[in-house]
Amino acid sequence: MPSKVNVDELQAIARRIRRNIIGMTAAAQSGHPGGSLSCADIMVAIYWGLLRHDPRNPHWPERDRFVMSKGHASPAMYATLAEAGYFPTEELLTFRQLGSRLQGHNVIGKPPGVEMSAGALGMGLSFSLGLALAGRLDGKDYRVYCLLGDGDCQEGQTWEAILAAAHHSVDNLTAIVDRNHIQNDGFSDYARFPGGNGQRPQRPGGWVREDLHTVNVMSLDPFPEKWQAFGWYVQEVDGHDIPAIIAALENARAHRGQPGVVIAQTTKGKGVSFMENNPDFHGKATTPEQTEQALQELAD
Amino acid sequence: MVQQAKTAATREAVGPTLVRLTREGLDIVVVDADLGYSTTTALFGREFPDRFFTVGVAEQNMIGVAAGLAAAGKIAFASTFAVFAPGHCFDQIRMAVAQPGLNVKLVASHGGVVTGEDGASAQAIEDLSLMLSMPGFRVIVPADVVEAEQAIEAAARSYGPFYIRVVRPKIPVIHDGSYRFQLGKANLLRPGSDVTVMASGVMVKAALDAAELLAADGIDCRVLNMASLKPLDEEAVLAAAAETGAIVTAEDHLIHGGLGSLVAQCVATQRPVPMAFVGMDDRYGTSGRWDQLLEHFGLTPQRIAEAAKETLARKSA
Repeated sequence: MPSKVNVDELQAIARRIRRNIIGMTAAAQSGHPGGSLSCADIMVAIYWGLLRHDPRNPHWPERDRFVMSKGHASPAMYATLAEAGYFPTEELLTFRQLGSRLQGHNVIGKPPGVEMSAGALGMGLSFSLGLALAGRLDGKDYRVYCLLGDGDCQEGQTWEAILAAAHHSVDNLTAIVDRNHIQNDGFSDYARFPGGNGQRPQRPGGWVREDLHTVNVMSLDPFPEKWQAFGWYVQEVDGHDIPAIIAALENARAHRGQPGVVIAQTTKGKGVSFMENNPDFHGKATTPEQTEQALQELAD
Repeated sequence: MVQQAKTAATREAVGPTLVRLTREGLDIVVVDADLGYSTTTALFGREFPDRFFTVGVAEQNMIGVAAGLAAAGKIAFASTFAVFAPGHCFDQIRMAVAQPGLNVKLVASHGGVVTGEDGASAQAIEDLSLMLSMPGFRVIVPADVVEAEQAIEAAARSYGPFYIRVVRPKIPVIHDGSYRFQLGKANLLRPGSDVTVMASGVMVKAALDAAELLAADGIDCRVLNMASLKPLDEEAVLAAAAETGAIVTAEDHLIHGGLGSLVAQCVATQRPVPMAFVGMDDRYGTSGRWDQLLEHFGLTPQRIAEAAKETLARKSA
């Protein structure tokens, strides 16, 4: 970890990013705050912990590449880039509006610093693998980071990329999974379902609750074992412990001969009491009253 | 230069051309999804192992990896069969290549019913419709191996996404070494003033043969090779409409969504004339030898000549 920043400062940055996520989705009255809040600490760990980049020179050829595969978390991407100095924070309030660079799902180069378009899940890791292979071919020492969500890891293409990255022994690539266990329809698996207690459900497959949330949409567990079996260097970490995330990413960076994955256990909606572990806020903005409460809870 | 022969598969141009261009200094890489032997990109892999990336039977990943290589500055070729790309990975091509406008060249082999014995599942007859639907993609269907080599070179030397459709069987070579493919330009193969046949791919030779049949009946038929579907040579299309007053399109593809639809849209909005469409008429292919299949589905000089006469009848009506 760079010595200039301490943990308190990093946490303060994460709170600002979270406030901006709430603010921009509330202003747009649409967007995906839940999965943006869940990855805010991961974003801080990457951008302030170890990413080699220069906000004044976003096309710097030697830069590390950060690829956001879970494109619905574009508020986290934009809030991070603004906080890092890529563009003025005020622009965040144009999110999702006609004429804005800040599209509903991130678009390559808009603004500079966004490395790839996203929105359809499952594509980021393949793209990241291509960047990593090109870097190796060109003898460059940049590193590629790819942030995936639970939904990304249900797409077959992600597993194609997992297979291929290990096959090619690509060790300049680190995947990070924002494992919040919630997706559009409900709970990805039984682990976070209230009352689920991590036990396997008695009923096989998924089913729909009275409130129309699906329980156990698609289990990924045993998740670390799957990556391991595919030939990756696997670490699990508390996805809201910034120093721990940075340490894991540093381990992955130092690891040779295999791609690395950091499975970050996170809480969807992290930092706002009524949003935490609540599938309702996967793709819905807060009301004015909720916005006020959320910003209070995220205050310094 | 690809070796000249009386017949050759357009796919035979792929590997040798990529090898030549890379030797000439182009920063080309190739992503292969376990069909390098068939698409001939294996020749590139043998020559440039560091630049040849196998992803296995995983076309979606192939497109994503190619996009990443392109974003890092490479001229990224991805090659498989047309039923697999775009067939398996339309959305990957759309979001990872077309929307960002990345420098990816998709060379799809085994286009059309001429793929033959493997049957309907292997015969891409809707690929052009899919690829033409994506803004920014250039779409090329070479008529022979000479044109295929030049189209691949044109794609490699132009920034941005390209789709080049090549075919499995050895088809007649109609161009000599002096031919120069131009992106966005139709190629006049035979002048004529009564009717124009616009054809692509394997149907260009059929169009030339149809013009001979029509000449025997005293009909002066113009033949245009429309290898560059997108950009379309609207000038040549409108000139044909104005000067010959009737148009037939011929393609080894569904009559919907391919060359015929492009030409019809251009003609309908700017210079309406009677038109007819020769192609696969809303049905799938079947197993058989490629030349038998062309006959079976009416992709023939005779059918083109009949269609030309139909348009002439409507012109005078």
